[in-house]
Amino acid sequence: MKAKVYVTLKPSVLDPQGKAIHHSAGQLGHASISDIRQGKYFEIAFDGAVSEEEARRSAEQIAKDVLANPVIEDYRVEIVRSS
Amino acid sequence: MKFGVIVFPGSNCDHDAYHVVSKHVGQPVDFIWHKETDLGAYDAILIPGGFSYGDYLRAGALARFSPVMNALKDFAAKGKFVFGICNGFQILCEAGLLPGALMRNADLHFICKHVHVRVENGDTPYTSESEKGRVLSLPVAHAEGNYFCDEATLDSLEENGQIVFRYCDPDGELNASSNPNGALSSIAGICNKERNVLGMMPHPERACEELLGSNDGRDIFRSLTKAIEMTEARV
Repeated sequence: MKAKVYVTLKPSVLDPQGKAIHHSAGQLGHASISDIRQGKYFEIAFDGAVSEEEARRSAEQIAKDVLANPVIEDYRVEIVRSS
Repeated sequence: MKFGVIVFPGSNCDHDAYHVVSKHVGQPVDFIWHKETDLGAYDAILIPGGFSYGDYLRAGALARFSPVMNALKDFAAKGKFVFGICNGFQILCEAGLLPGALMRNADLHFICKHVHVRVENGDTPYTSESEKGRVLSLPVAHAEGNYFCDEATLDSLEENGQIVFRYCDPDGELNASSNPNGALSSIAGICNKERNVLGMMPHPERACEELLGSNDGRDIFRSLTKAIEMTEARV
């Protein structure tokens, strides 16, 4: 079981790094891009015994307490079951 | 009176802070390794600049989980003085001891230069030897000093006089060109409601000797020393 955590800046927060990347993409000739926002991505691996519900709960907790700063960032958790 | 300087893995202004307390404040001071859990011997704790935990994840984010931080929260809750400089300010925000967050500088540069800050509140334990409106020359050295908080928080900072320093020009005027990092409302330093916890991005500990370009930083340490003396007198 794996949790994927996406951390992104809140829409109201300016993202100068995303702007710089956007500018570079424009230099490469990608003229039709309206915006690029930079974020962070984490993969959390769980032991086999963990239920999906438990994995989600602990990933949400980790995202809230550590991975994201709630003052400036939002997060989203996805659970991926290994086959 | 006793000062402590917390040392995290990656702190690099700890010796500057120690030097200023021992030489200019003239008081006993200890280095405190971040694994310490008892701060009972101290009256004021300095959290120095640097790159605690290599700035991994976010500047100051991982230092929050060091063992000393629980003791520091109790220490602050007792009304004792906690003073975070640069990375120390970032740590205090991440730990929730001060509101808001320090984001990447608006122009993405690491900024290392002398700036001017205006004292916005002369009635704090850190500015009593200054007065409102006084302009100090202090160095900054950071890549994440762009202060941000939501509107409601900004309003409450204003209302409670918690904005202690703002970036300004040499005449004390606020404008876009005197704001080095894009900080909201030109904020360079804030305190908590109780005013015993202060965080600021500029480095007063690097501005206590004329040889280094400014000794305006001494005002802040003099104020803090006076505040501790007053607390001691009350006990």
